[in-house]
Order: sequence, then structure tokens, then C-alpha cells
Amino acid sequence: MANLRVNGQERSYDGDASMPLLWYLRDELGLTGTKFGCGAALCGNCTVHVDGTAVRSCVTPMSAVAGKAVVTIEGLSAKGDHPVQVAWRELGVPQCGYCQTGQIMQAAAFLAGKPGPTDAEITQAMAGNLCRCGCYQRIHAAVRAAARGA
Amino acid sequence: MTDLGTHSKFKLANVSRRNLLKGVAATGGLVLVAQFPAATGALADYPTGATAMPNGVVSNPKVFVSIGSDGTVTIVAARAEMGNGAARTALPMMLADELEADWAKVRVVQSPGDERTYGNQDTDGSRSVRHWIQPMRHCGAAARLMLETAAANQWKVPVGEVTAELHEVTHKPSGRKLGYGQLAAAAGGLAVPAADQVRLKDAAAFRYIGKGTIGIVDLHDITTGKAIYGQDVRLPGMKFAVIARPPVVGGRVQSVDTSAALKVPGVERIVTLQPTPAPYKFGPLGGVAVIAQNTWAAIKGREALKIAWDNGANASHDSRAYRTQLEEAVRRPGKIERNVGDADKALASAARVITAEYYAPHIHHATMEPPAAAARMNHGKWEIWAPVQSPGQARDDIAAALGVAPAEVTLQPTLLGGGFGRKSKCDFAIEAAFLSRELGGTPVKVVWTREDDVRHGFYHTVTAERFEAGLDAGNKVIAWRHRSAAPSILSTFAPDPKHPFDIELGMGWVDTPFDIPNIRAESGEAQSHVRIGWFRSVNNVAHAWSIQSFVAEIAHQLGKDPKDFLLELIGPARTVDPRKQVTTPWWNYGEPFETYPIETGRLRNVVEIAAREAGWGKQLPRGQGLGIAAHRSFVTYVATVVHVVVGDKGRITIPRVDTAIDCGYCVHPERVRSQMEGAAVMGLTLAKHGSITLRNGAIEQSNFNDYQLARIDESPVEVRTHIVPHPLSVPPSGVGEPGVPPFAPALCNAIFAATGKRIRQLPIGDQLA
Repeated sequence: MANLRVNGQERSYDGDASMPLLWYLRDELGLTGTKFGCGAALCGNCTVHVDGTAVRSCVTPMSAVAGKAVVTIEGLSAKGDHPVQVAWRELGVPQCGYCQTGQIMQAAAFLAGKPGPTDAEITQAMAGNLCRCGCYQRIHAAVRAAARGA
Repeated sequence: MTDLGTHSKFKLANVSRRNLLKGVAATGGLVLVAQFPAATGALADYPTGATAMPNGVVSNPKVFVSIGSDGTVTIVAARAEMGNGAARTALPMMLADELEADWAKVRVVQSPGDERTYGNQDTDGSRSVRHWIQPMRHCGAAARLMLETAAANQWKVPVGEVTAELHEVTHKPSGRKLGYGQLAAAAGGLAVPAADQVRLKDAAAFRYIGKGTIGIVDLHDITTGKAIYGQDVRLPGMKFAVIARPPVVGGRVQSVDTSAALKVPGVERIVTLQPTPAPYKFGPLGGVAVIAQNTWAAIKGREALKIAWDNGANASHDSRAYRTQLEEAVRRPGKIERNVGDADKALASAARVITAEYYAPHIHHATMEPPAAAARMNHGKWEIWAPVQSPGQARDDIAAALGVAPAEVTLQPTLLGGGFGRKSKCDFAIEAAFLSRELGGTPVKVVWTREDDVRHGFYHTVTAERFEAGLDAGNKVIAWRHRSAAPSILSTFAPDPKHPFDIELGMGWVDTPFDIPNIRAESGEAQSHVRIGWFRSVNNVAHAWSIQSFVAEIAHQLGKDPKDFLLELIGPARTVDPRKQVTTPWWNYGEPFETYPIETGRLRNVVEIAAREAGWGKQLPRGQGLGIAAHRSFVTYVATVVHVVVGDKGRITIPRVDTAIDCGYCVHPERVRSQMEGAAVMGLTLAKHGSITLRNGAIEQSNFNDYQLARIDESPVEVRTHIVPHPLSVPPSGVGEPGVPPFAPALCNAIFAATGKRIRQLPIGDQLA
């Protein structure tokens, strides 16, 4: 039995300890804002925050989040108005949108630890997140805008 | 509000027509859908290919728009939204503009797959805006007239005295006003006006069309995690399935030992699925399905299966040997596809002949959302949720696979996490239906993992291209022979023709608009050993890459500026008509030539704009270069200039891309820009990384470690999009695909300018190291 907090709510889990957090969030809790892209920490679509750090939930076993606080896109802000989310909308970043929640979670954790990043630092921070539609130019601009507004 | 899914997390913005009607009844009176006259595309100021598409277009406002008593305007999106913003934003926006609706009061709902009601829903071929601008505008304008008529009737004044403007109708002489919500019930009772009564707005009066100010409809849901894709569908009591598919196309299960898999906690059942015999069409590949309580258990169960495969007739297919076959095929005369003058004779007598060969491998869509679909039986009818590009056809295909009438199947499209042609193929949705049938109608979701996606796709064709250019004594190109060998998409649907069919020929090959007196196009024989499918821009990708690379090669040999030489080959502004030059009837992206001819003046124009905006001719430091390429595809003209920096160990960086696009009248400039930005990244991926290879008949790649996509740290820092302005009288053309083809040749030409290294095979990979 493991206890954890998801978006501020206490949860207990007594299933397969090797199950990745991703599937717990999606299949057990119905938090489908966290997306499945690769299952191997190669695309970043599944990014969530564990104790404030961006992690790839597809390779994070449930055993590793016992006692931890998990925040998903659904819990990033109450009204969807985190500065990163606002910047994303103002710059019209998404195309298909599938990877965007992972991008936003990555950017939010990055900016929380690095309030005034350089362009190169933004690029480096976002390099683990794939976007097949190719929204990178706007992703970069939105992270920069959020950094200014944050 | 939907009885198709009552789970608390299952809140599709999509509702079925049935439920939409319920919603209508609940809010009391609206204009919606009392009946469905089979009105097909009567109204068009100019002809398009829309009417020749299966089930054509529908211009009936009662099908597409309803207004609630609270004034909410509900517009039906009947095509699939995969990210370009056409289906759920641009099309409803066009209707709303003519309706004089306040966009803040517009709600967009997704229709189920049903082409008999909605007209063609096949979201493909960069067709949505160019086929639907006229019907959508007509629907909006007709509904506006119905509101005006309802108000005039109520006031007992001539309809000519009233005006609809921004969600209300005004009688100017008396100053009386009625909101759309107040008029909805009365308007809904009126007959749809005859086509000749409907007045479209002047372009000058557009509020939204042409402005680029409307954000995509799903923007808030996407940024808050509420947007629902196929992978996200959840139904009460739903099971989760993954499938072990035959590693070789045409293979089948010989035997399977399920004992270990059944011991995995959470695994409930294992089902063997029969493969679809060739031609495969969109039929599932078969295999062994593991059905479990969650996705992870299903994945673990699949790992524990012990399967012996019969690999079938493609078991010896090998990409390396196959490449040799293709290259040999283009070194001998092939099937003549286009003939102008006498290229053989002109080449034989040319003062000089320049020859080059190019090779591009299979590539894969790798949509960020791997395929997924959910199915169940509800009250004796099948219900399917899937991210499909062609919801109407998917419904019919699923019904046929189940052996039931289409009326027995409801197909509700979700948002698509990328499409690019992969999700035109509904094999994954048929799998879900088959598995639910095996389970007696129990809800089940089939999840494709990334490995499944990479290994069981419908691949972009592999191709060898060979060129010979004959020059006269004055270095003018007098002969052009282009041979191509590539397995055909048609092999997926019919006995393998081993040569391209009209659509493949028309994609930037037999329509090459060069001013050369002797032109010959020949196709070499190429048999297919995988499922070949269409990938964004399709055969244009390799055609544009090889043709535009070869143009730059000739320019270099002649010591001419590549941009000037490209313009020289395009020749003066004129209309090029290949129809009498080809041996297979010419395919113009399904469009009438009269509406969408090949105009070299427009191609020249985008070349000149891209070059000027990029500062063509400027001096650059060592290791840097500019490259240019231009291509007409999907009846749109695009030219791209890439600025590349080739650094240590051949590392490529791209500070800037300038893309000029002539897509006729531009309906949504902001989304056109986003498509050009994305096209540059997709172009970079296919140029630099993309390669699907087979050994012993099986795909060798598996995930993003060995099938890499361009990341932010290697992608263009800045893509500048230059849209050629046109009035509404120049019909809109395609946007989703035409940005891709010019990128790879522009990049390769830039690399040549920077390094002197000519790329003749894709991907670039480590060729610069």
C-alpha cells in the first residue's frame, strides 16, 4: 500500500508497484490530460510534476512516488490560468494539441526553478519534449513570454 | 449530455446528432435539423472538385447550424480536426461570419461519421477550406436570411428593411431590434431559402474570414488537459487491449502459448485475430490481443506471450537489396508517363548531358498520439470512438468488417493527436470493433504503443529518382528525362500495379512546369512488400526534393545562381497544361483545371518573394549557406529559402527559414503561418532523420530512439511566412500539406552552398560528419 498526493488529493494505491505513474493517472484516476506518447521517456508527452520536479510519468513506477506529491495538468492551476497556460493561448501555440500538456508541465517546472532564462536555456529545457506538428518556434516564444509575465 | 458515455471523465465536446437533437428540444426551439434534404452542392460561384468527392458537399443550413433560445449558435464540424485548425475552427468560422454571429456565442460540436447527412468528411488532401468555403458561407448566409425573414414577419415589414448584424436583427427605420435567440424558433420554422435568394457578404464586410484573429476552438481545453483524443476515451466498464501483430505484413499466428500471459495480474482474456488477406486496404493485420483491466497489465501480458509466426510471402524483404532493385529500375527505360517533344533524340544530340540519382527511404507518420480506438455495443448497436481522418468512411468500413449495415454503427471521431495521413486508415478502429464483438459488446479500448505505431504503419513510399538533363551549346536545357521507381499506394487497395497511378503521377511529377521543349517522365517497376500509405504531401515529398535538388545541381555545373536558374527553367509567366502530354489522365488534386490551372507566374512570384525576404545573394560566413526550392502542390504554390549553418562534425543549425505561399484567398492567415512553421519542422525531420528500413520483412525501427523526430534544439529558430495577398476572387487552395515539399530540397541546396557536399540520399543522417 502506497500513499501519495495527486493534485492535492490524498490517494492510496495497492496495485502493481512497477506500473508506471502514467497508467495510474490515466486508467485508474481518469486524468487523461497526461498523454501517452512513447513509454520510454523519449518524447515528454507524459510530463508531470513530482514534488515540483518535471518527470516522465511513463517510466516512473508507482513505487517511486510513494509519499510524494504529484501534480498533473489538471492540477497545475485552478482555472487554467498559470502564466505558461496563458502564454500558450496568447501565442496560439498548439496545432493538434496532443503534446502540449506535457510541454506546458515541462515549461512550468523549468520556469519555477529558473525565472529569467536565456533563449539557449529555454531551448535546452524543452529539448526532451517532442512535437510532431512542429510548434517549436511558438513553444519557445511562449516560454519566454511566460518568463516575462511570471 | 451524451448517453454514449456516462463516465464522469468522459466529456467529449463531441455529441451525436441524436443527442444534439435532444439538446435542441431541451432548450426549446431552434433552427436545427428537422429534416435532411439530400441537397448536394448546388451552390457554387465556381466549380471545385468537392462535388466529385464521395457524397459531395451539403449546403443546407439546417444540417450545420442551430440557434438556441439563449442565442447560442451551434455549428456542426463534420470533418476531422487533426491540428491545422480547418475542421473545427476555419469552417465554422466561415459559416459564423456569413451568419453575422458573435463568435463568443458560437459553440462547435463534432458530428458523427455520416456522409449521407454531412457530405464528404474525408479530411485529407488539404481540401477542407477549398471545398467547403462555398457551402459554409452559403449555410451562414441562408441562416442569416431566415433570421431576417423571421424578424420582418414579426414586425410586418419588408425583409429588405431589416439587417442582421452581430447576433441581432435591426429594423433601421423604426430602430426595433431582436436578438438571434428571440428569433430562433420562428426562423427554425421557415423553409430554407432558395439559392438565388441568398446574398453572400462582400469580403470587405468579413468579421473573421481573412483576419486570422480567431484562435482554435479547442485552445482552452488543450492547454488545460480537457481535450479528448482517441487514446483518452473512457467508457463505463471498459477493458484495455494491446495486440501483438505479425512482424511481417502478410504474416499470421502459427501458434501461441498464452499460459504466462494469463498469469499476469489484471489480464483477463486473450484473443487471436485473423489477418486481412492482401490487398489489405484498411483491414487489421491480425495477431494476438491481450485484454486487461488497464493498459499496463495488457502491455505486460503481451510481453509474456510466446508466439510462433508464419511470416508469409514478404519474409525475405530487405531494404538494402530492394534499394538496388529500384536503382536498377531507373537505369533502364520505363513506362512512359509524360512525353513532350522527343527527349531521347534531344538527349542523344545534346552538347552535354548532366545526370544524377537520388534515393529516399520509407518514412512514417509517427503522430504524437499513437492510434487508439474504443468500441462497444449499446442497445443492440455498435458505438465506436476513434481519431480518424475520414469518419464517414471509417463508419462504413467498420460496418462492412462487422457485416452489418452502416446504420448499425455510430462512429464518433475524437480529436486527432496528429494525422498526417496515418489516421485516414481506420485499421485500429476495426480492431476495437472486433475485440468488443469477441467480448459480447463489452466496451474495450485498443491502445497502440509507440512500437506498434512505428512497426505497423502504412508507410510513405521508398523511391529512386534518376535525372538526365540535355544542354545545347549555349547551356540551355533542351531535354529532361526523369525516371522514378517507387512502390504504389494502390498496392494496399488492389492487386499491385507495380507502377504509379494518376494521383501519384500528378503529385509534382508529370506536372513539372518547366519551360523545356523535350520532357519525358518514365516509371520503373516497383513491387510493394509493406502497406504503402499516404503521408502528408505524399509523392510530392520525394519529387520536389529530387527535382529541386537536381535543378540546383545543374545551376552549379553551369556556374549560374540557383535562384536565377530555377526561374529560367520555370520560364515566363504562362499556363501549363499537362493534359495532352500524359499517358494516364492527368490528376490535378481532384480540381477542375479551369479553377485551379498551373500558373507559372505564381510559382515565379513565390520564388522571388522568398528570395527577396531571405536576402538572397547576401554574403555569409564560411560554413553557412542559403538554399531555395519551389513547388506547386495541392494547387498551392510555395517557395522556401533555408539558411543553414553547418558546424563541427556536420552539426546543422537553421537560424531562419523564409517561406512564401500563394494559397489563393487566405481564409485564416494565422493558421496558415502555423502550418508553414510546422511544415518546416516536418520537412527537417524527413530530411535529416526519417528512415524506415526492413530486414527479413520486418521494420527495424521501434520508437523515438531509432526513429527520431526533429527536436526544438535542432529545428529552425525562426520561420517567416510570407503570404501572397489575393482578393476573394482567387479561390483558396490547399495549406496543410504544400509547405512540406520545398523544405528538404531547400535545406539540401543550402547545405551544398555551405559545404559543397551534395546530398543525394535521404536522410542526411551522418553524411556531413
